Amino acid sequence: MKVRVLVTLKNGVLDPQGRAIHHALEGLGFDGVNDVRAGRVIELDVADSTSDEALDDMCRKLLANMVIENYRIEKAA
Amino acid sequence: MAFTSAVITFPGSNCDRDMAVAIEKVCGGTVHRVWHGDADLPEGLDFIALPGGFSYGDYLRSGAMAACSPVMQAVVRAAERGVTVLGVCNGFQVLTEAGLLPGALMRNAGIRFVCRDVALTVENNQSLFTAGYDAGQQITIPVAHHDGNFFADDATLDRIEGEGRVAFRYAEAVNGSARNIAGVLGDRGNVLGMMPHPERMIEGAHGGTDGRALFESVVRGLVSA
Repeated sequence: MKVRVLVTLKNGVLDPQGRAIHHALEGLGFDGVNDVRAGRVIELDVADSTSDEALDDMCRKLLANMVIENYRIEKAA
Repeated sequence: MAFTSAVITFPGSNCDRDMAVAIEKVCGGTVHRVWHGDADLPEGLDFIALPGGFSYGDYLRSGAMAACSPVMQAVVRAAERGVTVLGVCNGFQVLTEAGLLPGALMRNAGIRFVCRDVALTVENNQSLFTAGYDAGQQITIPVAHHDGNFFADDATLDRIEGEGRVAFRYAEAVNGSARNIAGVLGDRGNVLGMMPHPERMIEGAHGGTDGRALFESVVRGLVSA
């Protein structure tokens, strides 16, 4: 089973990388970009029997830092 | 009893030797060098230091992989037993990732790696690590980091400030850290994480000796305890 984990910074957490990307886009002449937030995508190939609880556990214990980040799990159809 | 300490080396640590030399010179006693894959620590440790560097290439998040290493399970157990634990720079990142300290260290607000001497204020001189300083004393210690921007939510910041757990604060803007926090104590006072490098300021040739008092405090605190 292919699983995609999207890790994003929580709202209200300053994202210096997103801000730098935003600045660079403006430098390239792209107008109308209101905000940029950078995150991380982690693709897992796991046994079909892997439970949702186990996936949550992986995210909480390692893939995301719950102090600053949120995560979303997407399973490939 | 002789002072017994351990410096942990992860793949990518690069301040482990400096840390070991600083402990040898200031604290004396026996300094064990411990590899990250060791599941057990030497017997009878008084003090464990997690050095600076780029453990595991900063993969995933700075300190995240090191926090999962076999030796860290042993360090967490030792800290819970009351052993004194210092994490400097990457060591601070590892301690937050391992859950021994609150908050997280994020990318510097100014994006750039910051490598220079900075002015710090000693906020709490009642701790095991800071008793050798005066309250409010301003000291100079170098920083060298890309991810030193301390973040915690407001409730956590209020709590650690209220409990006197901010050991050091930057006296100038350095990396965007919440409330200019440079060093944080654990809830029982036996764990300290800090981004500045006290082990790089222990003798005249370093350009200053403001880091010595931290190591002296640890020895004195343990001897009198």
